[in-house]
Amino acid sequence: MRTIQDELADVSLFAGLRPEHLALVAGCGRNVAHAAGEHLFREGDPADLFWALRAGKVAIELHAERRGALTVETLGEGEVVGWSWLFPPHRYAFDARVVEPVRAIAFDGACLRGKCERDHELGYELMKRMARLFSRRLAATRWQLLDVYGAPAAPGPV
Amino acid sequence: MTAAAAQGLGPPPARPAGALLPASCRVLSTRRELPDTWTLELEAPPGFAARPGQFSMLYAFGVGEVPISFSGLPGPTVPEGRLVQTIRAVGATTRALCALRAGDVVGVRGPFGAPWPVERAHGQDAVFVAGGIGLAPLRPALEAALAARARFGRVVLLVGARTPADLLYREQLEAWARRGDVEVRVTVDAAPAGPGAAWTGDVGFVTALLPRAGLDPARAVAFVCGPEVMMRFVARDLAGLGVDPARVLVSLERNMHCAVGTCGRCQLAGSFVCKDGPVFPWPQVEPLLRVREL
Ligand SMILES: Cc1cc2nc3c(=O)[nH]c(=O)nc-3n(C[C@H](O)[C@H](O)[C@H](O)COP(=O)(O)OP(=O)(O)OC[C@H]3O[C@@H](n4cnc5c(N)ncnc54)[C@H](O)[C@@H]3O)c2cc1C
Ligand code: FES
Repeated sequence: MRTIQDELADVSLFAGLRPEHLALVAGCGRNVAHAAGEHLFREGDPADLFWALRAGKVAIELHAERRGALTVETLGEGEVVGWSWLFPPHRYAFDARVVEPVRAIAFDGACLRGKCERDHELGYELMKRMARLFSRRLAATRWQLLDVYGAPAAPGPV
Repeated sequence: MTAAAAQGLGPPPARPAGALLPASCRVLSTRRELPDTWTLELEAPPGFAARPGQFSMLYAFGVGEVPISFSGLPGPTVPEGRLVQTIRAVGATTRALCALRAGDVVGVRGPFGAPWPVERAHGQDAVFVAGGIGLAPLRPALEAALAARARFGRVVLLVGARTPADLLYREQLEAWARRGDVEVRVTVDAAPAGPGAAWTGDVGFVTALLPRAGLDPARAVAFVCGPEVMMRFVARDLAGLGVDPARVLVSLERNMHCAVGTCGRCQLAGSFVCKDGPVFPWPQVEPLLRVREL
């Protein structure tokens, strides 16, 4: 049977992590399953957990007056949902709704934060990886905001 | 040797017979794809032989002439003697072209430009990455790959659009996805949410689809078409995944006038987009697109 540590190697965030670090991370995770329609979290909830998805799809949603609910990102196999556990005030900033049945490893954020505090090498390695993930998602968000497929308002280089 | 030949695209096709004078062609049918986008099915001028990635100059009589790629060419889905072109109304000429109806007449010059070198992906994985209206010029290339399916490894189509309502050729995307021999992934920048929401596909910028597609960087040959800024990000992320930039082909747009490499209107450093392009290997145009004034 595959252990959580084995499963973690398939999650890009943890790929290539040293075995002893993987074991530490795995100690904070447990296998979970969620049906379509369930919420992993809602905006404002205490951010105790984050999820490494092994299967399924999760929509990150936000609600804006007059515009209603909007999906701004979907995440699937091998991707990580939720990072509010990392930083105060440890509250989720969006809703995360399951759109296709999910199998995931759910991590206890406080547990992992504690291990990172005690083992700075693990902490630094994880922070580097999270920072890379943030920067990629930030760039993608900027491109979404650019509305690149819309007609340019003014003559461009055409 | 032209810049295109130097990059291994082969010499551009010789100047076609209908290069200078527009032929009057009848519109056979029209189809509204999106509120601002129409597909015209045209009677082709006699002897007109176009290839995927090429374009014609379409002349809306009395209004103007603009370059428009072929979005369908004679083959399994388009009868001989017809041309299919999909046009988004952004200005006077494209608006006039979108207003044409069956029986109307349009001027056609061409075909022009370097085609998508689809054969480069023979024995490799063909990866088509489209953004917005960019799916139109890629459609004949994808259809050519599907018509010779056994020559390719994986055939992957990655599509980005603004919202589900802005998705071009939605029914056809669904039909391709049902075939089973082409992997279709579609993402939109944003979609209405909630339990009753109709959109169940991906949401995020088109680059998010690249790692999800599980590409083998040593086998992928990418054909990318969309807004220039999107092609830049896609090419950059493909390189990040280990794809050699020389295996990434993009299609550029520039204003055009003659379309045969004489007026200089479409010049991009030492290349003419109308003649050496519009399809270019990414390493050839990447440094030029970083120069803001070009
Ligand atoms: C090789 C090539 C192939 C092309 N293929 C297609 C195609 O298959 N379908 C298609 O719809 N268009 C295609 N285009 C773009 C098309 O040629 C232009 O949209 C057209 O020239 C605009 O002319 P216009 O007179 O309607 O608008 P203009 O009066 O020239 O422009 C009106 C406004 O639209 C903006 N604009 C101009 N071009 C574009 C553009 N490409 N996208 C968004 N906004 C623009 C201008 O900045 C301006 O604000 C292609 C261009 C090239 C060079
Ligand atoms: S349009 Fe005249 S040189 Fe290209």
